Amino acid sequence: MTATVPMTAALALGDDALVLSHRLGEWAGHAPVLEEEVALANIALDLLGQARVLLSMVGDEDDLAYLREERAFRNLQLVEQPNGDFAHTIARQLYFSTYQHLLYSELAASGGPFAPLAAKAVKEVAYHRDHAEQWTLRLGDGTDESHERMRRACQALWKFTGEPFQPVEGLDAGFSGLETAWLESVGDVLRRATLTLPEGARTGAWSAGAGRQGLHTEPFGRMLAEMQHLHRSHPGAAW
Amino acid sequence: MTAEQAASSAVIGASGEELQEHFDATIARDQRIEPRDWMPEGYRRTLIRQVAQHAHSEIIGMQPEGEWITRAPSLRRKAILFAKVQDEAGHGLYLYSAAETLGADRADLTERLIEGRQKYSSIFNYPTPSFADVGVIGWFVDGAAICNQVPLCRSSYGPYARAMVRICKEESFHQRQGYELLMTMMRGTEAQREMVQDAVNRWWWPSLMMFGPPDDNSPNSAQSMAWKIKRHSNDELRQRFVDMTVPQAEKLGVTLPDPELRWNAERGHHDFGTPDWDELMRVIKGDGPCNAERIQRRRAAHEEGTWVREAAAVYAAKQAARAEKGVTA
Repeated sequence: MTATVPMTAALALGDDALVLSHRLGEWAGHAPVLEEEVALANIALDLLGQARVLLSMVGDEDDLAYLREERAFRNLQLVEQPNGDFAHTIARQLYFSTYQHLLYSELAASGGPFAPLAAKAVKEVAYHRDHAEQWTLRLGDGTDESHERMRRACQALWKFTGEPFQPVEGLDAGFSGLETAWLESVGDVLRRATLTLPEGARTGAWSAGAGRQGLHTEPFGRMLAEMQHLHRSHPGAAW
Repeated sequence: MTAEQAASSAVIGASGEELQEHFDATIARDQRIEPRDWMPEGYRRTLIRQVAQHAHSEIIGMQPEGEWITRAPSLRRKAILFAKVQDEAGHGLYLYSAAETLGADRADLTERLIEGRQKYSSIFNYPTPSFADVGVIGWFVDGAAICNQVPLCRSSYGPYARAMVRICKEESFHQRQGYELLMTMMRGTEAQREMVQDAVNRWWWPSLMMFGPPDDNSPNSAQSMAWKIKRHSNDELRQRFVDMTVPQAEKLGVTLPDPELRWNAERGHHDFGTPDWDELMRVIKGDGPCNAERIQRRRAAHEEGTWVREAAAVYAAKQAARAEKGVTA
């Protein structure tokens, strides 16, 4: 490939996958059923694989993952949100996988620098999206308790759903079209789950697009401290 | 009709004595017992216990290594750990399925585990304070598991033997990856080499204990071997593990913490010291370093997940009712 890689865009997409993969890793040994241990680890592993490809386009994957400070991360605030209960994790996954599936489908067809990655990843993401949809239906249309938990989770994360559609330098995608498709798709899943599309602003913790500029929510720093601790304790060591 | 089917249909309506004879002959011919075959109650009970404990070990075994997923020092190692912990959950699933072919119920077995009424491997009650532990678990613990499990691929109970074939393939892969991590660390900094040696020192004896008590103090062994559920004694397998591991330790450049360990040319095996059997008994009875934490964590995951499982069940019932209504409407 002769085209130069759009660094900002590669970092944004890579950080999304890296950070969400890490969050899903926190579920290991805590999932509600064994089948979900397998499924969540599987999704996390797919995302980690995507992150490694994307970060390697920019530089050394480990330097980028382990030696950047919070302000240098370009991920969406959505993916850094703590796991919460299972409904919270599923709502985050539904919002993100739907976005990622729409975006990667477009990138795969575009022939641009992300097309090869997107073509492979879109198959994985279709599975992630299906998994999140299926659980949204079960929780939304399950018991009164699960319905209420799913409703709350969708509402709590709603404010972070504007950011994915803010333009990113070097990411050649039709964001407003993606946003319309996203609202339609998520709205349809929630309706089938006997839920409704939440209301309120979608501007994130600072402003929509803040995560892409390195402005993150508080739990993110603690997540990085855990993730980077061992690597930083042994500077230059190979593992 | 195959000869085997003919043989089993011939026993329909047979007396208890004839059933027992048929079972004994199947075992003697090294043929497999399958779920619908007649089997002695003791055989069924022993297998349920063994297969369930094996399944529980896979599930509890996710914890000590899972501890390091969020702290793995490189993305490659993180991916390897994710894959390994995922495989362990998968192994647990195969084994619970195998136990269910014997009439056990997975939900009931889970209850028994979190109430401490069924055991899991003693090894998972030891903590993982350093990242080198991840490598040593792969090398020793998966290595010991392979010594134990490869002969189980020929176990007399078909579903168990077939589960073991798949599991052993994945375990050997994990073992190589663990050893490769240690190799990398030994080529690294002084601090990394110290981490590896320290982990080896802590895990060596607990790994030898994974094979169970010595043969002269292993009450269930003789019957299990007669039934060909087990193919080798605890001490035979322990010896095999020591003989396999010593040259690997030399190649790695670590010492094994046993002053009595030496090659015995006469026996063609390594002599080695005696594990602290009192410690093993303490750990098995629930008083090891992490027993309480391991069970507590599993119990918490199970209890906190109750509302999710209930939601799935209620949704499934609603869907079934809708489908029925759709048909009759």
